[in-house]
Amino acid sequence: MSTVSVRIPTILRTYTGGESEVKAEGATLREVITDLDANYNGIAARILDDSGKIRRFVNVYVGEEDVRFADGLDTPTPAGTQISIIPAVAGG
Amino acid sequence: MALDAADLGPATSLSCRECGESYELGPRYACEQCFGPLEIAYDFTGVTRASIEAGPRNIWRYRGLLPVPSNVQDTPNTEPGFTRLVRADHLAEALGMQRLWVKDDSGNPTHSFKDRVVAVALAAARELGFKVLACPSTGNLANAVAAAAARAGIRSAVFVPADLEQQKIITTAVYGGTFVTVRGNYDDVNRLASEIAGEQEDWAFVNVNVRPYYAEGSKTLGYEIAEQLGWRLPDQIVVPVASGSQLTKIDKAFQELIKLGLVEDKPYKVFGAQATGCSPVAAAFKNGHDVVRPVKPDTIAKSLAIGNPADGPYVLDVVRRTGGAVEDVTDAEVVEGIRLLAGTEGIFAETAGGVTVGCLRKLVSSGALDPEAETVIINSGDGLKTLDAVAPVATPSAEIDPTLEDFRASGLA
Repeated sequence: MSTVSVRIPTILRTYTGGESEVKAEGATLREVITDLDANYNGIAARILDDSGKIRRFVNVYVGEEDVRFADGLDTPTPAGTQISIIPAVAGG
Repeated sequence: MALDAADLGPATSLSCRECGESYELGPRYACEQCFGPLEIAYDFTGVTRASIEAGPRNIWRYRGLLPVPSNVQDTPNTEPGFTRLVRADHLAEALGMQRLWVKDDSGNPTHSFKDRVVAVALAAARELGFKVLACPSTGNLANAVAAAAARAGIRSAVFVPADLEQQKIITTAVYGGTFVTVRGNYDDVNRLASEIAGEQEDWAFVNVNVRPYYAEGSKTLGYEIAEQLGWRLPDQIVVPVASGSQLTKIDKAFQELIKLGLVEDKPYKVFGAQATGCSPVAAAFKNGHDVVRPVKPDTIAKSLAIGNPADGPYVLDVVRRTGGAVEDVTDAEVVEGIRLLAGTEGIFAETAGGVTVGCLRKLVSSGALDPEAETVIINSGDGLKTLDAVAPVATPSAEIDPTLEDFRASGLA
């Protein structure tokens, strides 16, 4: 398994006991989110919609790349990758 | 942060545009359930044409319709707004139109519409207890935040893409404050700002964690257009689209004026304008999509170069509801649009204004926009900030010696 680091936005820190950055396991973003949910029950449902897709107003970055430009939930997450989950309602 | 003493005027709560979840007023911007954007809900009382007309000649004449305290005028701010609405007969003639107006927002204190949103964000940030005024910016917002913070006597922290126009770098740095150029595009800077906002709790990133309040400032464009037309709505309006917030808030303003009985209810069409090199909303409109696929921007219209526009889906909603369209033009057409507006009306727009004029022309040509109907276009910023865009084509007619002979020889008499 590869261990990655995930930055948690303020509005999800109630799930992580206030932690702004946590470790997770998984070879793809999908696996990482599944693993996050195993440790922080309910967090996946905040990031993904009912059909299991990334919510319209959530941006997820693997490294520097917005996963919408990569392979979405199938984007590979090699060991040591930095993942950021960020509300999309910003800017302009 | 202590909110007990916060006075946000007629604002009553925050509600999620996506799922409807309601929240108390506070320093929050995304729905805890679905991450959707939060929108201010109001209870308006006692706002009449007369009460507005008795107010100052700036956006605070509409303070009864904004999430700001009733004494907002008493604290130092840049007092933006009430910019001129120019009857553009020559431009209309050039485009084969009947009745055209330019809302020239280059007349604001830092020469763009961003002074409006920043003034509202500053007022709300003070009430919410923030200590620093911050933003990620494509340039105009950087100017506005740095100036407003200087005027307010608080610290600013501004983040921009490092490849921004020199003019916008200088016109931000001159105000002092913390000013960081970031090696990345606007969407990268935006992401960084969101991450910093999660760490620095007393920093008000105007367009991130104070965005629900900030965005309401754009409503004043809509109020002013209606008031300056003699308390009525235009038939058509063309608005540049970056994040899409300005367009949706002008529509919100028109709807509020109708509901309050300040203007007569009538149909109007809202059109969006983008540069082809960053046209995710125009692409979604033309393809019939209701989601906006992010793009990597490549255009001279840097103030509109937001590849992942937060309000894109709502722009599509407004445009489709009102029977408008979203158009896009090439960089060459942007430059031509700047020259056309300057040459016909004496208004020097920045690239975003060139985008709007270029799209206006294209919309008239395609028949999407009715040339007989009264139309307003927005010029959101000043050409002095994007000189490089027109420098190759805006040149003198001739260079001569200081002699009458040389002048005659130039053939310019």
